[in-house]
Amino acid sequence: MRLTQKISHRIAGRLSAGRRSRVAAPLVLVLGLLVTGGMYAALSPASAQTRTADQDLVAKGRALFLVGCASCHGKNAEGITTVKGGQYGPSLIGVGAAAVDFQVGTGRMPMAQPGPQALRKPPVYDDAEIAALAAYVASLGPGPDIPAASEYDVSNASTEDIARGGEFFRTNCTACHNFAGAGGALPRGRFAPSLQGVSEKHLYEAMLTGPQQMPVFGDQVLTPQDKRQIIAYLKKNEETPNYGGFTLGSLGPVSEGLFAWLVGIGSLVGAAVWIAANSARSRRKQA
Amino acid sequence: MSSSNGVAPTNGTRPAKAHKPSKAGPAATWADDRLGLASMAKKNLRKVFPDHWSFMLGEIALWSFVVLLLTGVFLTLWFRPSMVEVVYDGSYDQLRGIHMSEAYASSLNISFDVRAGLLMRQMHHWAAMVFVASMMIHLLRVFFTGAFRKPRELNWVIGSLLLLLGTLEGFTGYSLPDDLLSGTGIRAADGFMKSMPVVGTYMSFFLFGGEFPGDSIIPRLYTVHVLLIPGLLLALIAAHMLLLVYHKHTQWPGPGRTEQNVVGFPMLPVYAAKAGGFFFVVFGTLALMGGLMSINPVWRFGPYNPAEVTAGSQPDWYMGWPDGALRIMPGLETHIWGVTLSWNVFLPIIVLPGLMFTILMMLPFIEAWITGDKREHHLLQRPRNAPTRTALMVALMTFYGLMWAAGGNDIIALKMRLSINQITYFMRAAVFVGPVIAFLITRRWCISLQRHDKEVLLHGYESGVIMRDAQGGYSEKHLPLPLDRAYTLTARDRDEVFVPETAVDGNGVPSPSNRKDRLRAKLSAYWYGSNIQKPTLAELEESHHHTEIDVAHEAPLEGHAADGHQFDGRHDVSGEELSTKH
Amino acid sequence: MSVDKHELSTTETDPIADPGLPEHEPRPTDVDDRAEKRAERQVASLFGLSTVFTLLFCVSYFVFKVGHHPSVIWGFGASNVALGLCLGLALLCIGIGTIQWARKLMADHEIVEYRHPAASSEEDRRAALEALALGSEESGIARRPLIRNSLLGAVAALGLPAIIALRDLGPLPGDKLTRTVWKKGMRVVQDVDGTPIKPADMEIGQLVNAEPALFFETNDHGEPVIEGVKLQTEKAKAAVIMVKMQPDDIKPAKGRENWGVDGILCYSKICTHVGCPISLWEQQTHHLLCPCHQSTFDLADNGRVIFGPAARHLPQLPLAVDAEGYLVATSDFTEPVGPSFWERDNYELK
Repeated sequence: MRLTQKISHRIAGRLSAGRRSRVAAPLVLVLGLLVTGGMYAALSPASAQTRTADQDLVAKGRALFLVGCASCHGKNAEGITTVKGGQYGPSLIGVGAAAVDFQVGTGRMPMAQPGPQALRKPPVYDDAEIAALAAYVASLGPGPDIPAASEYDVSNASTEDIARGGEFFRTNCTACHNFAGAGGALPRGRFAPSLQGVSEKHLYEAMLTGPQQMPVFGDQVLTPQDKRQIIAYLKKNEETPNYGGFTLGSLGPVSEGLFAWLVGIGSLVGAAVWIAANSARSRRKQA
Repeated sequence: MSSSNGVAPTNGTRPAKAHKPSKAGPAATWADDRLGLASMAKKNLRKVFPDHWSFMLGEIALWSFVVLLLTGVFLTLWFRPSMVEVVYDGSYDQLRGIHMSEAYASSLNISFDVRAGLLMRQMHHWAAMVFVASMMIHLLRVFFTGAFRKPRELNWVIGSLLLLLGTLEGFTGYSLPDDLLSGTGIRAADGFMKSMPVVGTYMSFFLFGGEFPGDSIIPRLYTVHVLLIPGLLLALIAAHMLLLVYHKHTQWPGPGRTEQNVVGFPMLPVYAAKAGGFFFVVFGTLALMGGLMSINPVWRFGPYNPAEVTAGSQPDWYMGWPDGALRIMPGLETHIWGVTLSWNVFLPIIVLPGLMFTILMMLPFIEAWITGDKREHHLLQRPRNAPTRTALMVALMTFYGLMWAAGGNDIIALKMRLSINQITYFMRAAVFVGPVIAFLITRRWCISLQRHDKEVLLHGYESGVIMRDAQGGYSEKHLPLPLDRAYTLTARDRDEVFVPETAVDGNGVPSPSNRKDRLRAKLSAYWYGSNIQKPTLAELEESHHHTEIDVAHEAPLEGHAADGHQFDGRHDVSGEELSTKH
Repeated sequence: MSVDKHELSTTETDPIADPGLPEHEPRPTDVDDRAEKRAERQVASLFGLSTVFTLLFCVSYFVFKVGHHPSVIWGFGASNVALGLCLGLALLCIGIGTIQWARKLMADHEIVEYRHPAASSEEDRRAALEALALGSEESGIARRPLIRNSLLGAVAALGLPAIIALRDLGPLPGDKLTRTVWKKGMRVVQDVDGTPIKPADMEIGQLVNAEPALFFETNDHGEPVIEGVKLQTEKAKAAVIMVKMQPDDIKPAKGRENWGVDGILCYSKICTHVGCPISLWEQQTHHLLCPCHQSTFDLADNGRVIFGPAARHLPQLPLAVDAEGYLVATSDFTEPVGPSFWERDNYELK
């Protein structure tokens, strides 16, 4: 630091000495022009190309949107209201690219049929198409962007991160998604889906955007680091062996009770029947 | 044991042989000199136990209780019933560095750092589930077969108390690890207690040593779980078994099996081997379940935190039905004179289980009062031969089952993609309508089965042999039942409807006791009224007469294998050839 | 019923006479030496197999690791699965072997034992009653009511210590159930890490599982102000959820018009049914579901119960913004939180 300070002082000293020179003004002018021109040359064509590419992507996304999404969400993604005032398809203005990447990337959108909630299924669109759709929706209004890979990368998570993630998970997530992320029921046929096997990116986007009935866990309160810790905890659980044997669905005492009756009582009553059953008889008389 | 005439003074089947003096002899003599064991052993070593699979259901409960004691002792060596806050530093990464109670930390220690600790924990938990379940199926067997009747009513009461205590024992055990699930259970239990009028708040404060959760509840529940309730259970199990030995086991009616005797295998060796073997089978099955099936993975729930909860927070299955009642109860609460009466909690979780257990314990006395039957009964009844009783229990089971399902309404909704709300609305009606429907159907079903039994006795069973008569008409040949089957079907009492002696007292005024008698007569008439009684001697003879006429018509067939018996597998026809006369 | 109550059940003349016990049929092992030997070998090999599994149990105990780096087979904890399998099979082999022994090889003659009425004989009853009468007579318990009654009184009074001695099980409730640590100016912070929250941090549809800031404060020595059991007890009453919805959707009750900030409302997290913490919030319907017994509350409508067994609305915490712009409570809850209790007075919504 000191070295650079010294150098800059020296340069500044020389410059301020040279400012009094007669050639100084034209030189600065030329230099300024050169720098400006150089910067323009370096940056402008590139951003022009990006904009073109972005515009292409948005246009492609809009084309896809008009075919696959507009029937519910409206031609301009403004949403369609039913006669009774309910939402046929909600407005997508301002939902951001992250919401599109989550909904389409997990196959929830487009919906197969109307229902209490959109179900996870194999995605209909490929990655490029999802990117185009996301770009189109993002262009409609400001909203959360698709997180960069570094934001949800949990490969370097420490044990502390994981334990902390567990605390966040139990405080914010287990109430709906269950202690093992196996999912849980919500009113009127809706449910919180299973978190098992969901990609890091989609977990992050779900927290960020609050899809369907799920609340939003915005970055200002549940910070990106907090989210990363939650994801780290979930991924760690997926790697951890099932210490006790088959998990029986990780649904808690209901499935355990079912197995106690079916397997436990079932096999023991079977054993009782065997014990008390008459064994084979012979017609030959005892010697 | 050996006696001079060569026959042991026990009910042996073969004469005892003279034995070489064994090494055990002096030890046995030493013990008998002090304890007088021989006179007890003489009576009991060859005690007779009838053999039937349904008589072994109670054994499942007994043996799983033994497994509970064994595994439970193992767990107490490491478990620390303390709510002191510690920082976890064990082997499970996901929780390291987190504040938790010592109870939870020691549960994790048992699960991850004590070898075979997790196995013992899981076996203990599975054994608890099976213990209560087997008590219930044993109870159902005893009820459906009428084994609770005089002189065994008190053993029924003891058994019901065992079920109640087993349930409480299970609940206290569920609460000990202090994970999120067990803490949620205690949290709800606190709410249950607070719903009690007048004393509720005080009971809660006394039990928890102050406000929920405090630091006393786990040590206190631990004492209840490992000392108080097991002690009571052991005492009651001992009484249950002593009464069983004293009364001698009930048996199914059949040839040679009467109210005055008991037919079966002797305690030594066959019954001891079968029951002892069954102990190992129960133990082994529970060990396999503990080894292969995860139960209550406390590490996934995390430590209890009063601000956290998990979806699917349920009690263990035996507490499921009152929990279901709690779920479907509408939100009723009365506020009056500045106090609150929380019907929505008090009725389903305090009143209802108390009421149901009282009804359960009273069942033998209710039935005996209605029927006026004061005789001793040692022969079992088939469920169909007591249609109203059977229907009553099926109605109770339906009530229980619906409540139970309501207790899992969220899991049902999740797995079957249904709406919790619709399930709840459905259950609110079904718990009232369902048992009534089940009662009516079961009662009629039993009566139809009785009718069928009588039909078979009078007209024989359907042989499957189709006969064509001279006119070309077809009919199925009915054949008389084998004698032992026929006897077994008739070896039951004729139901007698209670008739009040006089309707009025000397002055022509109905007396209060008569009013009670009339109610009893009405109930008794309903209890027995539609039952089909076994045929009388006259009816049987009448029908045999008809059969004989039939047989006369078919005289050419008589005496040959081709009379149809060879097709039904009930007769040994290996020596006979098919008739070649036709 | 004219039957004597001590008599064993008697039957009418049976319509079909009891044919008596059927003849004993021998088993193949009774008559066939080879079958007998086979059964013997079968039983012995089951017992032998059991010993093998027991030894395998011992081996597994030492071979498979638990703790920090547990051994894993098929994605399961190796130690648990191996120990359970070996123990289970060892026990099952003994059990099945013993039962096979009984079924195939032990004498299988059914024998008959006679029953006796459960009641004692008349002489015994008389003798017992006489002994009782004699004992009562000799003690004079009937003749000396003074002694009898004073003894009964004394023994009955002993019940009192049994009850009174339990008094110190816990303190009296007092007003503990009606108060929480919330007070005017206490910040509402995110649970787990204690992040204070500004209204602008919240988006529409956001849920924050929150606590009073007190739980994260430290004293001069850097120790938490409140920790351990005290923290758990206070948390069990003070835990809240804070949500933000479209301000137009909110229908505040009379007197609650300014309890929210920009559509941000704060409610007790403790269910009014039996006290489970609730945070299953559906952001579109504004419904909050309790996972324990499915009570459902409408947070846009003052926490009113719209479904399930709860009888009372969820208590709401009035919010404001402090000088630094963070969300704070303006007072404690205006009514007791959590499950109903006898002494609780009623607080109707207007």
